[in-house]
Amino acid sequence: MGAIYRREMGAFFTSGTGYVFLSVFALLSGIFFCNNVIAMGTTNTSGLFTSMFTMVLFLIPILTMKLLSEEKKNRTDQGLLTAPIGLWSIVMGKYFAALTLFMIAESIVFIYSLILAYLGNVAWSILLGNYFAMLFLGSAFIAVGLFVSSVTENQITSAIVSMLALYALFMFDSLSSRVSVEFISKIMNSLSFYSKYSEFTQGVFSLPSVVFFISTAFLFNFFTVRVLDKRRWG
Amino acid sequence: MIEVKNLTKRYGDKLAVNNISFRVEKGEILGFLGPNGAGKSTTMNMLTGYISSTSGQILINGTDILEDPIKAKSNIGYLPEIPPLYTDMTVDGYLSFVYDLKKCKLPRKAHLKDVCNLCQLSGVRSRVIKNLSKGYKQRVGLAQALVNNPPVLILDEPTVGLDPNQIIEIRTLIKKLGKTHTVILSSHILPEIQAVCDRIVIIDKGVVAADGTADEIAKNITNEHKMVLRIEGTTRTAKDKDEIVSALKSIDGMKYVRADMEREKGIYDYDVEAEENVDVRRAVNFICREKNWNILMLQLSDLTLEDIFLKITTGGATVTNKGDTPQIDIKTDENGQITAFEERQTKTEKGADK
Repeated sequence: MGAIYRREMGAFFTSGTGYVFLSVFALLSGIFFCNNVIAMGTTNTSGLFTSMFTMVLFLIPILTMKLLSEEKKNRTDQGLLTAPIGLWSIVMGKYFAALTLFMIAESIVFIYSLILAYLGNVAWSILLGNYFAMLFLGSAFIAVGLFVSSVTENQITSAIVSMLALYALFMFDSLSSRVSVEFISKIMNSLSFYSKYSEFTQGVFSLPSVVFFISTAFLFNFFTVRVLDKRRWG
Repeated sequence: MIEVKNLTKRYGDKLAVNNISFRVEKGEILGFLGPNGAGKSTTMNMLTGYISSTSGQILINGTDILEDPIKAKSNIGYLPEIPPLYTDMTVDGYLSFVYDLKKCKLPRKAHLKDVCNLCQLSGVRSRVIKNLSKGYKQRVGLAQALVNNPPVLILDEPTVGLDPNQIIEIRTLIKKLGKTHTVILSSHILPEIQAVCDRIVIIDKGVVAADGTADEIAKNITNEHKMVLRIEGTTRTAKDKDEIVSALKSIDGMKYVRADMEREKGIYDYDVEAEENVDVRRAVNFICREKNWNILMLQLSDLTLEDIFLKITTGGATVTNKGDTPQIDIKTDENGQITAFEERQTKTEKGADK
């Protein structure tokens, strides 16, 4: 797992994907920070983190698009799958590399809270809750993106399909209110990423939501492993 | 040691590999010969655990690849058809990654240096792989297979894309490795397999067509009744041509003679075919000596792989030479150094067999 993790981290920065991701992440979150927090003269960051949900939705596919699709296209997966390592090590190595980059991006955003602390009084527990919410959300989204990357062979297809998939997950909320069958709308509500995430931005730390994000991440990583395993039997 | 028992791979309705069994002992080089699409790569992918078999068993050093894949794979070095190279890495960076990936315990610096020396990569270790030539990429692929010094090497067409000198180097290297490792290598080039391998398995349409030592197979693949001759007459003009043709036709057992193109000034090539199992080479030589002609070239026409399969499977009853077999003229200087390669088409009239 370590070898794959280190290689992916290196590849993020030699291919430029890492720089693009980090700079766009910093730029957009900076704009949101100015508009939603500084311009409003408030220390309430819930607006900032709500906007960042949509941003992450479009940025994470860029991070995950080539993780497995390019391996298949260039036939480098042959090297990984014939090496004496398990499928979980391959998937986890790649997953944690993407997660690490996401955490680096988040730590850049953490500078904003230091600026806020300088300018006014900050409710640290709520603010940190927001960061953790973002992290949990990211860990679930990266797993979804990695899974889409495992079933595609083209980076662009992979990115677009993951964006659509994440957008569909985001739409669960607005769609559920239109579904007339009560139990379906209930299911959709309980699967909603956005409502769970916005709870955090309001300062509510909910353990079930944490479990939800982490199990989503686990589930999609499990699917990815199954996809790799299935391909051998094709 | 590799043991393959009743290996079968099915893609939907298509049988890619059908009930193959063979064994390779330690210190043996096994050549896997077959035309494109015969099932060579599929078999190799199954041996290395990249794809699974539909049925059958594969034992690598006594370990079943499906039961304990990690242990079995740690014994294998694999060079696939397309080397699995991360082209944005440097050679050193990539080999170091492979070293970690294979959880190699040998001293890193010394081991990677050895592998690079063996594959003659020492001069390009800090270069980015995508900037290397195809031959170097192939060698990085081979180096990658050698990392961790696995006892079993599986090489899928290792000399593809290399120039003739590199091919000779790689063959020498494989022969050297074959003394201490178990090696399986595949190719669709017959002379390559003959040059390197102790034992040859010929595979066609997913089944083993022949399994034997190089000598046993070689018996089946000479074709001494068909040849191309280049004869220099006494006048070195077109006049010689008819005289030579009629003289050759007078030889006992000669079936067919045809003058081909003028290859050198006033000197022609002749396509010659004798009755089956008749060797006319000595008679041709005798006539030329008698008439004071010079034989500048005598080339037995090579059998194509298809011909060999046909010969092996039908016991040598019918052999047809494909008219469009490309042949290579190798020009050498007086020291035996290769100076040029020229490809040409040998034209055998299709109706000639009748």
